[in-house]
Amino acid sequence: MSRLITRRRFLIGSTLTASALGLSGCDALVESDRTKSVLKIAEGFSMKTQRFLLGDDALAREFGEADLSPVFRANGTSMPDNPHYLEWMNSQFSTWKLEVGGLVEKPAQLSLAQLKAMPSRTQITRHDCVEGWSAIGKWSGLPLGALLQSVGLKPEARYIVFHCADEYEKTLDGSGWYYESIDLVDAFHPQTILAYSMNGRDLEVAHGAPLRLRVERQLGYKQAKYLTRIEAVAELGRLYGGNGGFWEDRGYEWYAGI
Amino acid sequence: MATIDADMETGRTLVYRHSLLVRLSHWMNVLCFTVLLFSGLQIFNAHPALYWGQYGADNDPSFISMEAVEDGGSAKGLTRVGPFAFDTTGFLGVSNVDGEATARGFPDWLTIPSYQDLATGRRWHFFFAWLFVLNGFFYLVYGLASRHFRRDLVPAAEELMPAHLSHEVANHARLRFPKGQEARHYNTLQKLAYLAVIFLLLPLMIGTGLTMSPGFNAVAPWLLDVFGGRQSARTIHFLTAFSLVAFVAVHLAMVVLSGVFNNLRSMITGYYAIEPEDKP
Repeated sequence: MSRLITRRRFLIGSTLTASALGLSGCDALVESDRTKSVLKIAEGFSMKTQRFLLGDDALAREFGEADLSPVFRANGTSMPDNPHYLEWMNSQFSTWKLEVGGLVEKPAQLSLAQLKAMPSRTQITRHDCVEGWSAIGKWSGLPLGALLQSVGLKPEARYIVFHCADEYEKTLDGSGWYYESIDLVDAFHPQTILAYSMNGRDLEVAHGAPLRLRVERQLGYKQAKYLTRIEAVAELGRLYGGNGGFWEDRGYEWYAGI
Repeated sequence: MATIDADMETGRTLVYRHSLLVRLSHWMNVLCFTVLLFSGLQIFNAHPALYWGQYGADNDPSFISMEAVEDGGSAKGLTRVGPFAFDTTGFLGVSNVDGEATARGFPDWLTIPSYQDLATGRRWHFFFAWLFVLNGFFYLVYGLASRHFRRDLVPAAEELMPAHLSHEVANHARLRFPKGQEARHYNTLQKLAYLAVIFLLLPLMIGTGLTMSPGFNAVAPWLLDVFGGRQSARTIHFLTAFSLVAFVAVHLAMVVLSGVFNNLRSMITGYYAIEPEDKP
């Protein structure tokens, strides 16, 4: 089928939908796929510009103990509704294991104790929600780069995907499981850690126990909680909605540096 | 500024006032400012509270907030500014969406899209932010290279004398606009207003906007110190946006009061008609 017909059918379809829903002309323009794809250009510009200016290793600001938020707001899921998770929680996460697989040389399953025995990094950083609020917390965990080096990435690996124990949106097709992904620049950034501790204590359930991602130069929705599996992949298109993350599949930017 | 022709009967002279680049960048700014404002309000609505400092969320004291509170079975919109609270039901905090009172910061007729959709609001905001920055860049290069700033916008020393300024303020207040030779140039108040927008408010919008970006914070951490933190930058971004809204309101009022047709023509074709000076 030619593109022209598709486009015309699309235009007719979207106009009908818009008028059926009683949307204003503005909203119809907003909802057009053409508009969306044009607006997406900005994400590429922002990412390329920031990466050019950042280099690979520019650090996010680290704060002092005095700057910690008195209350760190928990966001997203605060208690995963998942029988496996309840089991892990009841065992103080001693039965929980992190699976590391995909395009790696030596797939691994690591217990929380094993992760805690690896060299760690502690950082006091600001968490920025896409909604606009910020909270400062102290995180300790193992650098993701070190873990990836220990399992050995295959040369075709381009992205690291984080699978989570929380189904944030209940759907019949399972498309509502939380997941996230970052590229290798962020995966090997010195401040990118898998955190098991927050403000000097074990990570609380509301904040993603037992393990969450911290990727400090991006927004809050990239900081996936309740990690169960880390997967190295060559492309993101085959996972869930194909955009590399739960919120990305719902219209948000994959590159969340702004 | 080339004088093109003088009408023998009326004595009106058409002068070439705005260069093509100034006209194009002006209208591009109109488009960008409009979209940035309304998509910005959409983004604000995702968390309609402003803080001061490095951090700020629900449990921290806010500086300005718009909230919906329960009031005897109906929702009431409260806008807080510092210690003061105002009932703004119907406009801020709570407004009608499809006939139903709904909790939202700004009402649906002020946001892009009209319904709550942060992801789309951000897409529009950042796309037009890029256009706006590129447009501003070309305008600045042109303004410096063509001496537009020095020739048309920087006031002469004598224009800044208190006597001259008070004379202009008095004329403005009586809505007496310059004629003859005087009308060939921007008046001093105009020059100062345009300079403040171009070199203070707009750079402040870009600077505070970038300070909210965690990626850009790693590029230029000093911006956090300049604005006192990400949440302060967010607050300044909001307040500066409304300073620009105030500028646009006065600007449009002046366009109307000093001749809509003449002003619009000059910003579309470049030509501005000057009335002859009153004979004594």
